[in-house]
Order: sequence, then structure tokens, then C-alpha cells
Amino acid sequence: MAINYIPANFDVVRDHTRCIKCRVCERQCSNEVHYYDEELDTMLCNETDCVDCQRCVSLCPTKALKILPNENRFRKNVNWRQQLMVEAYKQAETGGILLSAMGNPEEFPIYWDKLLLNASQVTNPSIDPLREPMETRVFLGKKSNEVKYDSEGDLVLSNTAPHLELSTPIMFSAMSYGSISYNAHASLAKASKELGIFYNTGEGGLHKDFYEYGPNTIVQVASGRFGVHKDYLDTGAAIEIKIGQGAKPGIGGHLPGAKILEDVSRTRMIPMGTDAISPAPHHDIYSIEDLRQLVLSLKEATEYKKPVIVKIAAVHNVAAIASGVARSGADIIAIDGFRGGTGAAPTRIRDNVGIPIELALAQADFRLREEGIRDNVSLVVGGSIRCSTDAVKAVALGADAVYIGTAALLALGCHLCRDCQRGLCNWGIATQKPELVKRLNPEIGYKRLVNIVHAWDHEIKELMGGMGINSIEALRGNRLMLRGVGLNEVELELLGVKHAGTAI
Amino acid sequence: MKKVYVNEEWCLGCHLCEYYCAGMNSGERDLVKAFSREKKPLPRIRVEEGTDVNFAVQCRHCAVPYCVKGCITGALSVNDGVIVCDQTRCVGCLTCVLSCPYGCIVRDEEAHVITKCDLCLSRNATPACVEGCPNKAIVLEDRE
Ligand code: SF4
Ligand code: SF4
Ligand code: SF4
Repeated sequence: MAINYIPANFDVVRDHTRCIKCRVCERQCSNEVHYYDEELDTMLCNETDCVDCQRCVSLCPTKALKILPNENRFRKNVNWRQQLMVEAYKQAETGGILLSAMGNPEEFPIYWDKLLLNASQVTNPSIDPLREPMETRVFLGKKSNEVKYDSEGDLVLSNTAPHLELSTPIMFSAMSYGSISYNAHASLAKASKELGIFYNTGEGGLHKDFYEYGPNTIVQVASGRFGVHKDYLDTGAAIEIKIGQGAKPGIGGHLPGAKILEDVSRTRMIPMGTDAISPAPHHDIYSIEDLRQLVLSLKEATEYKKPVIVKIAAVHNVAAIASGVARSGADIIAIDGFRGGTGAAPTRIRDNVGIPIELALAQADFRLREEGIRDNVSLVVGGSIRCSTDAVKAVALGADAVYIGTAALLALGCHLCRDCQRGLCNWGIATQKPELVKRLNPEIGYKRLVNIVHAWDHEIKELMGGMGINSIEALRGNRLMLRGVGLNEVELELLGVKHAGTAI
Repeated sequence: MKKVYVNEEWCLGCHLCEYYCAGMNSGERDLVKAFSREKKPLPRIRVEEGTDVNFAVQCRHCAVPYCVKGCITGALSVNDGVIVCDQTRCVGCLTCVLSCPYGCIVRDEEAHVITKCDLCLSRNATPACVEGCPNKAIVLEDRE
């Protein structure tokens, strides 16, 4: 192409007084940005292909590299932002839809950052989690609200609904083998086992090597039904029916044939090299009644021993949908906010469809309580929970637990370059290329996952202690622990919180 | 005794270990300064690259060290299980280079002596290669 309409996104800045020409950057960049020129005895680069993954910066032994935004600017225009112009050029060139990965990066309000937590002073003592017991364990599933006694007057334990027991209200969200690497899955599986929590297979099936982690695995059944068979269902601790995903509500998925290598093909139960296409809807689900059939079929197939989760994306009508799901026989509802991550999504959809998880959660919780069916289900939210305080605020807004996906990938090294769809992840996460997958040693990865969850767990305990609360149970739906800042009346009402400065 | 072992499954062939090794043994604290010298510092570890597998090789500190046996001046000796070289005694005959079954002895061509891995004994810490490896492809372990 003779005319280059699109300038490089980044400037790869090398401090040549520091560079020792070790060529580590060259060997580590899968985008082939850096190269050594023998004649000039110097490192050169082709920055157009840089995606700002920071791999070279992290590994350069002399800290000689910086990746900066390219300062070259098109003429300033508030309406036609540079990004929109670049996208127009791209589409004029390719004629295709724009693809992106990871969560919506655009400037929409982040309600977590506009919610503040309470703490105890004088009249209600705070609790020191280092001295006193602090319960972060949660059970997910249907809670029985009956108390039965037998003829002798002894309590009958009638709560036979299956549950998931979590040591802390955090789970790793669905990421399929195929969208992420074997080593990323191995890290998640191992970490979940050590932490006493769960990871989720996503829609890619379960690799035979990970069956041993079954007690800590949530197996997903999505619209493509990839890799679903009896053993798969039996192996998981819970089954998740994926209706939608926050990053791309209303549309299906597409894993290109290039990524369907031998192992992925066996795990997904589709021929090598064929595209794995998940339809937008489940073709057997067009109503809550249909959903109920699938929930019950899965329960029947696994002898009613496992809780069934239904995962939906946070869309306008989420509260009513949650109410329907709660009546479908599902034990757990997972709601994924519009900032949730993905391995690939049409950019326009990722950035414009769905609603913030904070509002969706608050509204779903209200609706279920209003209808007296809140105890029929547990609520799990994701997309995007970024830190322990987001998790605590989510619980206070009514969640039983949270799903973390992006935060988990960050622990594994992801730098959010948001270029997963190209399959060239320099951190060995979103790739199937053996030489790249190798870069993520699960021995290192799983420990980093364990660390981050332990750290959050400590922080959750500290925060709860400060509020004078000693269990997640007591924090759940406790909106009095929240105050909004800079929110308008509609937002406060939707969230069900008072403005900061308002007393109880 | 703790020795450096290779987990070739995880070696990326990035060569960082070589640079950290060379830098450490240059006596300079700063890698940039170490490599700004006219004479580039030599690594005592070498990465063997293949298409699918890479691995780093350095002295195995053999229980029966042929290099020490063969050394004609007594420059090589065993110090608490670690094979060390006294460069002031080395005459550069390269008998050790010939006798090492692993090819781990490095020639310093300019100085006409050999140099080799001493498990960073001189700095009394974890070997620089092990510390600098980004993927735990070389580890310091006691496997005996
Ligand atoms: S793509 Fe990543 S590794 Fe390559 S130059 Fe850019 S930041 Fe460095
Ligand atoms: S990794 Fe750093 S020191 Fe090595 S060649 Fe690249 S910029 Fe230079
Ligand atoms: S630093 Fe580690 S991964 Fe890199 S070449 Fe050396 S042993 Fe291999």
C-alpha cells in the first residue's frame, strides 16, 4: 500500500546510551518490532507493529526501553476523535468489522469509584481481623427458607440444594482453552485448588489434563456446546449455562480455525482447523421455559448433585431477566457488566452495548428481593471487578461473590494491550503458539494468582473489620455501608445508596 | 550441594542469563557500564538454541571433574564441591576445554586464560543467571 493512512500508535523509545545490544527485545517481541543491524551495530525498530504489550520493556536488562503514545496527531476535532478517523481508514482499507479484545476501555462512568465505604467510630466498635475471627467463606446456591421439624421435634435438614463453597467471595471467570493458553488454564486450575475457589472452563471444554481439578472447576455449556459430554458435566463442581457475555451481549463467538490445533480440537470436539462458531442464541432457548428445560436436563444428567449457574450479560432489562432466570431452576445467576473482558469482540459492540455492572447488580438484587425470590439464587457479578474494594462494594450492593477475569490475567502478566485476537500474546496467555505459550510457566503463574487473591482476601477482611462486620453474609446487600459521591438522584436511586454526607 | 539445574521446558532462549552472568562477573554493578568497556564481559553460561527446545548450559560441578584432573598448573580446584579457577595460575593451555564433557569452560581469548561458572560464589548470593531468568528455566536446587 503506497499511502500509509494510519500512523503508528506508539513510539518505541530506546535509550541508546543504555542499550547493550543483547537483542532480548528482538527475541521477545512476537510482533517483530525490534531488530539488530549488523552494519550499524545498533538496534533498530519498526514501530508500526508495536501493540504496547510492554514485554520488551519488562525484560530489557538495562531498562533502555519506553513505549510512549505516538505524539503525531491529526488535526484536533472534538467530534471526529483521532481514534474514529483511524477506524474509518481501517474499514476503508479492509471492508471488515473492527475487532478488539479485553474490556470496554472508553470513558463511561465507573460507579465503583463513586461509591465510598463506611467505617465504625466510637459507638459501634470496629473489629481487628488479626485478633478476631472474620468469615470470608461463602456458599453459593439456593438457600432454603423453611425450617422443618420431625415428629420428635428435631430439626430436619431440608436444605438439600447443591452448593459451591468458596473460601473467599472471588472466582476466576470463564476463559476458554483456545482463547487462553494451556499454561494459563493450568495456572488458574492450580490456583483455584490451592485457594479453595473455582475457575471456569469457558465454552472451550475441559482439557483431559485438568480433570483432576474438577472439584474446583465450573464447566460451561454455551451456545456452541463445544466439548460438552457426560464426563465433562460430571467432572465439574458446577455447570454454567452461558447465555451472554458483558463484552459482547447478544452476539456469539468465533475462534478462528488457525487456533484450533490438535489439543484444542480434541478438547472442543471439533475438527482441526475449522472455525469454532458459537451461535448468538442457544438455538433451543427462546424463553425462560426453554431455559428451564436446559437447566433441568443438566441437573438430571448430573443427578441433581451440582448447582447450575446461568450467566447473562448486563443489558437494559437485566432485572426482569434475572427474575426469569431465578425462576428457571438455576441456583446461581452470574451477571457480566459491559466492561467485561473478551478474547475478541467486534469493537463497536464491545464499546457500545450493555450497561455498567454496578447498576445491573443493584437492580437485579432489588427485583429479586421485591419478588421474594432472592434466596432462590445466589448472585455473582463480573466485568469489571478490579480490586478488593470493588468486590466489597459489589457485596454491599447485593452480590454473593464476584468473578474476576482481567485481574487474574494481569496477575499472569497481561498488560492489557488488548490485541488478544491476533493470537500473538507476548505473555503466553492469549495464544496457542508453543513458543509463546512456553513463556507462561504455570509454577510461577499459579503462585501469582494465589498471591493476588490472598492479598484481596486480607484487604476484604480489613475493610469489613473497619465497618464492624465480621462476615460476608452480614455485608451482603448492606447498602448502608455505601455512600455515593458525585452521583445524581437517579443514579443514587438505582443503586439504592445515599449520597455521602447523609446520615443513617 | 545446591547446583544450577535446567528446566529446558521453560527456557525461552532469551539469553538474559548470559547477560546477567557476564555483568555480574565483570565486577561492575551496572550492566550498562560493564558492557560499555572496550572488552565486552564474558558470560560463563551459554544458551543452546534449537527450533523447539532451548536450554542454558554452565559448569555441572561434576563429582569427578575431568577438568581439574587434567589441569596442568593446578589452576582449577574443587572448593566445597564448587569447581573454581585461579586465573593467576592459568596458562591458557586449554586442556580443561578439551576434557570438559559438557563444553562448559569458556575461553577468554584476549587474556589467554579460561573462565568458568563458580555459582556466583564470589558474590555469596543466588547465581545471577538464576535470579535473572524470567521463567524459572534455571533453578538452584539440591537434588542429591
Ligand atoms: S509489541 Fe510489545 S514487545 Fe513488541 S515492541 Fe511493542 S511493547 Fe515491545
Ligand atoms: S533488550 Fe534492551 S539492552 Fe537489550 S537490545 Fe533491547 S533495548 Fe537493548
Ligand atoms: S534467562 Fe532463562 S529463559 Fe532466558 S535463555 Fe537463560 S535459561 Fe533460558
